[in-house]
Amino acid sequence: MVRRMELQDFQVIDQCLCVKLPEEIDHHHAEWICETTDRQIMQQKVTNVVFDFESTKFMDSSGVGMLIGRYRRISCFGGKVYCIHVDRQIKRMLYLSGVYRIIEIMD
Amino acid sequence: MQQIMTMDRSLCLDNSMRMEFDARSENEGLARMAVAAFMTPLDPTVGELSDVKTAVSEAVTNAILHGYENCEGLVVLQCGLHGDVLCVEIIDEGVGIADIEQAMQPMFTSKPELNRSGMGFSFMEAFMDDVEVYSQPGLGTTVRMFKKCGTTPWVEAGE
Repeated sequence: MVRRMELQDFQVIDQCLCVKLPEEIDHHHAEWICETTDRQIMQQKVTNVVFDFESTKFMDSSGVGMLIGRYRRISCFGGKVYCIHVDRQIKRMLYLSGVYRIIEIMD
Repeated sequence: MQQIMTMDRSLCLDNSMRMEFDARSENEGLARMAVAAFMTPLDPTVGELSDVKTAVSEAVTNAILHGYENCEGLVVLQCGLHGDVLCVEIIDEGVGIADIEQAMQPMFTSKPELNRSGMGFSFMEAFMDDVEVYSQPGLGTTVRMFKKCGTTPWVEAGE
């Protein structure tokens, strides 16, 4: 059974919004993540967003769209988007799409 | 149009599969899992499996989001195996694409307001060996993709 994403997956630590991403990020899941992340960015007044890909086994271009959209929003306030625990396949997509130039991939 | 939209039977397929599902985003997972299960006889590597799943996900998302513009419709998924080559077709009878060349440009999206990256076709082309797109405005779109499995070496992420 695939675990559903819940609000507990969004945590604010030191003005950083940490988002624990689900197992699969496709257009179906990405919509909800985008909306919730944006709402948290506005409400919690965070400066940076950290996306944790630890449990993520699948991503498509919707995930790239999600990162670009969050970058646009947070960079207005001088913030950054970080990606952690990125596996090879997902890293490949981040490089292929060029999105690695605007976000920070941390190992 | 219908002629182009059906898989070439003269190819003498070893196995084939066809399914139809509602154009709803929750079915994207179903589509890519079905193709992943169908291709297991080819003994694909983990990388090949991910590549195909991503490409199928992109094509199905396009059909739902752009073809049917998030409204009702049916998406047809057809797969065939020929030797060690997998063929996947994703067919919709939605709005179609007027300018296929423009639609396939990296970063081009007709819906920038929807958090889209415009990388759908680029990912399909990067992860599959061959991608063919047939479309007519008002009639629908067929995306046909091929991938040779079991022999492709893993491609490292470029630094």
